Amino acid sequence: MSKLALMPGLATAGGFLLVIAIILPVIGMLLALALRGPYPERIALVVMPAGVAVAVTITAELWRTRSVLQYFVGGWAPPLGVAFRADGLSAVMMLTSALLISGIGLFARAQFPSPREGEARAPSTFWTLLLAIWGALNAVFVGGDLFNLYVALELLTFAAVPLVSLDGRAETFTAALRYLLFALLGSILYLLGGVLFYAAYGTLDIAMLSGRIHAEPVAWAAISLMTAGLLAKAALYPLHLWLPPAHAGAPAPASAILSGLVVKAPFFLVVRLWFDVMPRMPEQAAAQLLGILGAAAIILGSVVALRQARLKLLIAYSTVAQIGYLFLMFPLAIRPETGHPWSATAWTGGVLQAISHAFAKAAMFMAAGLIAEAFGHDRIERLAGAGRALPITVFAFGLGGLSLMGLPPSGGFIAKAMLLTAAVSEGQWWWAVVVLAGGLLAGGYVFVVLARALADPIEPLRLSATASVRRQGVVLAVALCAILLGFVPLRPWELLQIGRPDLATIGLR
Amino acid sequence: MSAATLYGLCSAVLIGLGLFGLLTHPQVLRKILAFNLIGTGVFLLFGIAARRGAAAGFGGDPVPQALIITGLVVAFASTAVAVSLLLRLFQETGRTTLPSDE
Amino acid sequence: MALDIFLGLLVLGLAVWIVSTRDTLAAAVEFVAFGLVVTLVWVRLAAPDVALTEAALGSGLTGGLLLGASTRLARAETATSGERHGAVLRLSAAGVCALISAAIAALVILLPEPAPTLAPEVAANIAATGLENPLPAVLMAYRAIDTLLEVVVLLLALLAMWSLAPDHLWSGLPWRPDAVGRDGVLTFVAQLLAPVGILVGIHIFWIGSVAPGGEFQGATILAAMWILVTMAGLRDMPPMSRRWLRVVLVIGPAVFFAIGLAGFAIAGSFLGYPPSYAKQLILTIEIPLTLSIAAALALLIAGPPERAAQ
Repeated sequence: MSKLALMPGLATAGGFLLVIAIILPVIGMLLALALRGPYPERIALVVMPAGVAVAVTITAELWRTRSVLQYFVGGWAPPLGVAFRADGLSAVMMLTSALLISGIGLFARAQFPSPREGEARAPSTFWTLLLAIWGALNAVFVGGDLFNLYVALELLTFAAVPLVSLDGRAETFTAALRYLLFALLGSILYLLGGVLFYAAYGTLDIAMLSGRIHAEPVAWAAISLMTAGLLAKAALYPLHLWLPPAHAGAPAPASAILSGLVVKAPFFLVVRLWFDVMPRMPEQAAAQLLGILGAAAIILGSVVALRQARLKLLIAYSTVAQIGYLFLMFPLAIRPETGHPWSATAWTGGVLQAISHAFAKAAMFMAAGLIAEAFGHDRIERLAGAGRALPITVFAFGLGGLSLMGLPPSGGFIAKAMLLTAAVSEGQWWWAVVVLAGGLLAGGYVFVVLARALADPIEPLRLSATASVRRQGVVLAVALCAILLGFVPLRPWELLQIGRPDLATIGLR
Repeated sequence: MSAATLYGLCSAVLIGLGLFGLLTHPQVLRKILAFNLIGTGVFLLFGIAARRGAAAGFGGDPVPQALIITGLVVAFASTAVAVSLLLRLFQETGRTTLPSDE
Repeated sequence: MALDIFLGLLVLGLAVWIVSTRDTLAAAVEFVAFGLVVTLVWVRLAAPDVALTEAALGSGLTGGLLLGASTRLARAETATSGERHGAVLRLSAAGVCALISAAIAALVILLPEPAPTLAPEVAANIAATGLENPLPAVLMAYRAIDTLLEVVVLLLALLAMWSLAPDHLWSGLPWRPDAVGRDGVLTFVAQLLAPVGILVGIHIFWIGSVAPGGEFQGATILAAMWILVTMAGLRDMPPMSRRWLRVVLVIGPAVFFAIGLAGFAIAGSFLGYPPSYAKQLILTIEIPLTLSIAAALALLIAGPPERAAQ
C-alpha cells in the first residue's frame, strides 16, 4: 500500500493531536445521538478526562518543541487543502475549555441526570450539546482556514442556541431566537468577508493570506466585514443586546458554558484575523476603534449591571462588560515592530483576562444557579441569608467577583495589571482610566450581591433543598482556578509567545 | 463588462436589499426570508470568483463552487432551525415578532 | 450577454418584490420563483452542480419550509402585516444598505485581473482522487474535513430543532396538516412520482463522480420524495426516538470518520486516500452519507415533535 505522496509540506510530528482534539468530542456527540437513553451522560463523562488529557498533551508537545503544531488534513497542503495550526494561544484556550467543560459537566450531573428508563429531553440534549460545543470550540482554536472556521462557527451556534431554550419557558424562546438571528447575521458578514479574500488573493488559508495581503480597499473591506460579524457573535457593544436575556434565561450550567467559553471563540477569531492575517497592514487606527467599543462595553455594561434586580441578569451584563476588556488588548498589543516588550505584556494580559473570566464567570453562574434552586427565585433584594444557607457557594461567588474586580490574588488582577502597565508605558493612558473605572464598577455590583447574601434574613428562610457539599465544592474548585491564575508571575508568558511572530511563515510553499 | 462582473453587481444589490429587509421587517419570518436573500448574494459572489477563475479546462474554479454547496446546506439548516424556533415561539406566545425589536 | 442582463434584472426585481410586499405568503411564493431564476444564473456561471443544489435545496426544500411556515402563521402574519418601523429608521437603514451595496459593487469592479484561481491545482491533483468531476474531488478529498463537519452541523441542527419540543412530546411525531386523506390527486401523484423520484435521486448521486451531481443533490431529491409521500398520507413520519432512525442519521458520518481514521494507517493522514483505491473509498463514504443527509433533510423539513406517538 503506498503512502500518500502528495505535498509533503511542513506538518509537524505532533500535529495529529489537533485532529484528535476535534474528533474526540464530535464522535462522542454522534454516539450520544445514536445511542440515546443513559448513554449521552456516560459518553460525556468518558470524553471529559480524555479531552483534558489531549489538551495537556498538546500543550506539552508545544512546550517541548517550542514551535507551532501544524497538520494538513488528508495530506493536502494549503491553498488546496485545509490546515490545522496550534500556537501557544490555541493550546491555552483548549486547556481552559477542557478543564472548564469538565468542571461544568460534573456540576451539571445533579441538574440533568439521565433517567433510569427511557429518555428525557433535557438531559439527553444537554450532554449531547456539551460534547458538540467542545468539538466546535477546539475546531475554532486550531482551524487554519477561514472557511473551515466558518463551518466551526456554525457548529458552535447550533450547539449553543438550543441551550438557551433548554428549560422550555416562553421567554427563553424569544431569547434563543434573537441570539440565533444575531449569530446568523454574524456568520453571513463573516462569509462575505471571506469571499472577498478569496476573490482577491486566491486562498483562505490564514498563513498564506498573511503573505499575500496588502493594504488595499478589498482587504480593508474584508477585514471589516469579518470583524463586524465576529463582534456580533461576541456581543461587543453595540451588538450586545442579545446576550443578557440569552445567558440569563439558560439553565445555570448552560449559562456557564455560554458566558465562559462560547462567547470567547469569536473573540479568538478576531485575534487570529488581526494578529495573524493582517500584521503587514497598518492597523493602529482601526485598533483604537476596537478599543473604544471595548471601553464603552466596560462602562455601559457595568453601569447597567449595577441596576439589575435579578442575579442572573446582573451576571450576564457583567459578561458584556468583561468582554470589553478583551478588546482593549487590540490597541495595546498591535505594534508595527513585533517583539516590542509592551506588546507582549498586553498580549498576555488580554489572554489571561479571557481565561480567568471564563473560570470566574462560570463559577458565578453556577453559584447563582444553586442559590436560585434553593430560594426558588433570583431576585437580589430577597437573597438575604444565602451566605448562611450556602456558605461554600457564596464564597465561590465572591472569589469569582474578586477576579472580575481585578483584586489580588486572582487571574483578573494579573490580567488587568498587565493591561494597565502596557497602557501607561505606551502612553495610551486613557485605557488605564477605563480599566480602573471598570474595576470600581465591578466592585460595585459584586458588593451589591454579597452584601445582600451575607445579610441576616428578616424572616426565617424556607428553602427548597440546598445543594450537596460536593456540588458546591465543584463550583468552588472552578472559582479557585481563577484565583490560582493569580499566582503566575507578572510578566509575559513564554508559552503564549510560541508561534506569534513565526506563525505567518510556516506552511508557505 | 463580462457576465461575471454583471452578476457581481447584481449580488451587491441583492446583499443590500436583503440587509434592508432584515433591518426593517418586524416579523421574524420576513427576516428569515431576507437572510436567505443575503445568503444568495454572498454565494453569488463566490460564483463570480469561481467563474473568473476558469482555467485548466474547467468552466469555473471548483473550490469556491464547492464552498457554495457547503454554504447552501448550512443555510438550509439555519433556516430550518430559525423557522422551528419561530413556530415554537408562536405556539407559546402567539407572537411572530420579537419584542422591542431587533 | 443580453440573457445575462435579463436574468440579472429578473433576480433583482423578484428580490425587491420579496422585500417590499406586505403579504408574507406571497413573499414565500416569490422566493421559490427567485430560487429558480438563481438556478438559471448558476447555469450561466458554468456551475451546474451548484445549479442542481440551488434548485433542489435552495429553492425547493427551503421554499417548502418557508411556505409551510407562512401558512401556519398566516393569521398572525396578516394581523401584523401593516406593522413597519418608523420612516426615519427605514430611511437610515436604506441609506446604510445602499452604501454597503455600493461598496461591494465597487470592490467587484476593482477585483484583480487575472483572477487568482485554484483550478490548476485541482486539475493537477485530481488523478490521485480517481474522480473526474472536480467538485466531489474538492468536497470529498481536498476539503473533506469541511464536508464532514458540515454533515455534523446538519445533525446538530436537527437535534436543536427536536429539543424545542415540550417534554411530554419528546419521542413524538412531527406536525402533519389535518385532513390528509388517502384519496385525491396528491396521493395519486405521490404514488406515481415517488418511485421515479427515488430513482432519479440515486442516479444523480451515482453520476456525481463524472458529471454534475453528487451526494447532496441526490440526497435532497430523496428527501423531497419522502416528504411527498408523508404529505400525501401514504406513510407517516417515524417518531424521532426510533433506534433505526438514529442509526440511519449517524451511519453516514460514522463511516466517514471510520475511513478518515483508517487514513492514518493507510495513507499517512486523517482523511487521506491512497491513490490506487481512492475512488472506491470515496464511494464507500458517499453511499451511507447520502442516506444520512437525505434523512436529516427530510426530518428538518418535518419539524420538531408536535403529536404524541401512538
